[in-house]
Amino acid sequence: MTRREVSIEINGEVFERTVEPRLLLSDFIRHEARLTGTHVGCEHGVCGACTVQLDGEPVRSCLLFAVQATGHSIRTVEAMAALDGTLHPLQQAFHETHALQCGFCTPGFLMTLEPFVRDAEPAQLDDRTIRSALAGNLCRCTGYQNIVTAVKLAAERTHA
Amino acid sequence: MRKGVIGTSLPRKEDVPLLTGAARFAGDVQRPGMLHAHILRSPFAHARLLSLNAGPALELPGVHAVLTQEDLPPAARAIPMRMFAQQDLEGYLQPPLAGGVVRYSGEPVAMVVADSRYEAEDAAELVEVDYSELPVVLRPDEALEEEAPRLHTGPNRAGGFRIEFGDVDRAFAEAHLVVEERLEVGRHAAVPLETRGLVAEVDELTGMLVVYGAAKIPHVNRRILARLLDRPEERIRLVELNVGGGFGARGEFYPEDFLIPFCALRLRRPVAWVEDREEHMRACNHSREQVHDVAIALAKDGRFLALRDRFLNNTGAYIRTHGLVVPGMTAALLPGPYRWSAYRCDASQVVTNKTPAGTYRAPGRYEANFVRERLIDVAAHRLRLDPVELRRRNLIARDDMPYPTGTHTDGHPVVYDSGDYALLLEKGLARFGWEEMRRWRDSAPHRGIGVGFFVEKSGIARWEYARVEVTNRGETHVYSGGASLGQGLETVLAQVAADTLGVRYDDVSVFHGDTATIPDGMGAFGSRAATLGGSAVLRGATRLRERLLELAADELEIAPEDLDLVDDAVIARGAPATRVSLSALFELARPARALGSNTQPGLSEEAYFLSEDMTFPYGLHCAAVEIDAETGGVAIERYTVAYDLGRAINPQLVEGQVVGGAAQGVAGALLEELAYDEGGQLVAGSFMDYLLPTAGEAPFVDVLITEDAPTSRNPLGAKGAGEGGTAAAGAAIANAVADALAAEPTRLPITPERVLTLAREGAR
Repeated sequence: MTRREVSIEINGEVFERTVEPRLLLSDFIRHEARLTGTHVGCEHGVCGACTVQLDGEPVRSCLLFAVQATGHSIRTVEAMAALDGTLHPLQQAFHETHALQCGFCTPGFLMTLEPFVRDAEPAQLDDRTIRSALAGNLCRCTGYQNIVTAVKLAAERTHA
Repeated sequence: MRKGVIGTSLPRKEDVPLLTGAARFAGDVQRPGMLHAHILRSPFAHARLLSLNAGPALELPGVHAVLTQEDLPPAARAIPMRMFAQQDLEGYLQPPLAGGVVRYSGEPVAMVVADSRYEAEDAAELVEVDYSELPVVLRPDEALEEEAPRLHTGPNRAGGFRIEFGDVDRAFAEAHLVVEERLEVGRHAAVPLETRGLVAEVDELTGMLVVYGAAKIPHVNRRILARLLDRPEERIRLVELNVGGGFGARGEFYPEDFLIPFCALRLRRPVAWVEDREEHMRACNHSREQVHDVAIALAKDGRFLALRDRFLNNTGAYIRTHGLVVPGMTAALLPGPYRWSAYRCDASQVVTNKTPAGTYRAPGRYEANFVRERLIDVAAHRLRLDPVELRRRNLIARDDMPYPTGTHTDGHPVVYDSGDYALLLEKGLARFGWEEMRRWRDSAPHRGIGVGFFVEKSGIARWEYARVEVTNRGETHVYSGGASLGQGLETVLAQVAADTLGVRYDDVSVFHGDTATIPDGMGAFGSRAATLGGSAVLRGATRLRERLLELAADELEIAPEDLDLVDDAVIARGAPATRVSLSALFELARPARALGSNTQPGLSEEAYFLSEDMTFPYGLHCAAVEIDAETGGVAIERYTVAYDLGRAINPQLVEGQVVGGAAQGVAGALLEELAYDEGGQLVAGSFMDYLLPTAGEAPFVDVLITEDAPTSRNPLGAKGAGEGGTAAAGAAIANAVADALAAEPTRLPITPERVLTLAREGAR
């Protein structure tokens, strides 16, 4: 199979590789960049576990090929906490409200919710709006309830 | 219990790596020279395997091996049962790779190993397999018909049993009212968000076979693997990493659990396998599919006289590790929280051409609770009695505890340990706002309310191992035979250790799931990890505390009873400046210092907790639903679970278990169904078709935890928290829908299509 050169910036570091065109972006992130915080739950774009941010927008990395991401900037869960280990307010809120159990889906939720919390109008953050923002990510452990609580807490702190 | 650490909602020890992407799941393992396996699976539900030609696949660059059944050693021809085994079932066990016949779509027939997963999948397409299709049978009742296609040498009823007490026939003959229904639960499954995954390698320096990706029951699976490989247990190391959910299905010993280590041994290369989602849906245990013909005999005043059931459990194409666990649990706990003078249950384990089935959160009880509670509502409707009042009249009284139910599971009598069911019923109804929701129901059409009462069991397989140690830094390390599927085991065990010893929660680390550092264990299933694992930690920590106090007593020349352990030191009561730190005690306990004294060296205490019996938590699900008469959609207006589990070690984690469990139970009642077409193909094999609940469907669940009936069967007084949130969800939802439609649903899940049918034909 013809291989192609790709150059993808992930969390500020540029990864230049020669890859098959069929290589999924999720596999590039996990196996080439060795950033295994991005998880693969279904590989058909439903569960949202593989969500990363491409140029700031949440996308499903299992629905993109690595070659499509060349020249773009990717942000993954590994970039959220500060270098000294201080958690991002959203991560901190997840921790305090028990918004994760097995944690497999959590990076995808964080990637989806980070821009949502940032752009949210706290006054408009009712349960329905938050649940609608979560509805593209599957979680099998929590029943979503504490994730809703975490979003509220993070939004309050972010916009305080 | 000194510090009040138990009973406090401390933040989880597990969270930070999971939140930052630093956690390691099986699919994250990278080893030098690692190969990737892909399992070639049968596309047919039932067929003779005529020939298999791996030649073209082997010619593809990057391909290292294609394994078929002929490559398997004789010891590995069948995966054994680990629980509720029955000799009759031996002929129905699954081989790691199919031989002459495939019996479900998705059955492994070959394994391809290549440099990458992409190449392994390419090569699998080149393996030439000739099949000759055979007729399929999918429903358990049809499988028992005389002319039904037979799957194995033995009959399609692979096994079964009867549980009986009292004079059932007489009770039915003399009853004022007999209510009889055929009730069915559809097939659904655990579906953890992380698919299964394994990496196996032979450590060339030590010769140790190492398997990463163990889950649920690492030590049990090591025993099975050792037997199938004909290799000593101590030459195998299973390692549990982060595990992305289990719910009963993940961690059982599957064909791949043999194939991947076997292949690593054979090729002397690390071999990785990560299941894809489509594969998971066809390969991992399904659950729940049962057909019940069930009847209740009642007296005129609504007193329950007798319960009679005959049910079929569709276990799919093979008997897997669980043997008769699911029908066993169904039959043992079907009587629930009520007094019966007579009971008869005939259980059958039936094979069909579907994916094999095993346990899923509240196995057998989700089904049994639906069946019993649904039928009670039907009886209440016939008697024109309030369904709650009918229950109230028949509950086992607190004074009757411990209560021998007359049933048994796996040969062991079921004796409820403690409970105040009537109190829980009133507390649960009050929390739900039963009267308020009645008015809500009456104020508009298509609204309904319903309840489901359940008695759960917890702490099956009645022992667990723990070792508690003080380290040279004065910290505490706990090694547990338990396992984590993500439920928060480390947090809970650390709380028990900190509370018992008197040390800081933050100074406790918990280790589990590595057979190299933990000699034995049972693992995590049946709501056992906190109750039995916690009890083992409590025992070990109690002994360690005694030793620390004795050692400090010698050092400080103060009697042990005048000493206390606070945070990181033993101090004199009333004179905290007189103290010796735990790290100093560690030095005092080194073997060289123990020479010449009578003390045992080291600061490590092992304990096995052996439990006399299971414990029986109980609770109530209440649901209020509103039905869209045009679409058949069921909207949940309010949902409450009241649950008595004796003692909550970490209330926030308990609530998390209940809410998450309820989301699964409600989804099994309304959404999730592993539907098959007539040819035996799973038509709900992806997340496009199999409807896991999203945040849009999962209801808000209000949880009331009560601690009115601690158990005396373990030193914590705690009963298991893992399954009550699921146990009666099907029952409560179905009863609420029945109330809304004035019809009697007889089958789960109640999909929009079935709602519309009920609405049309319903009206009782």
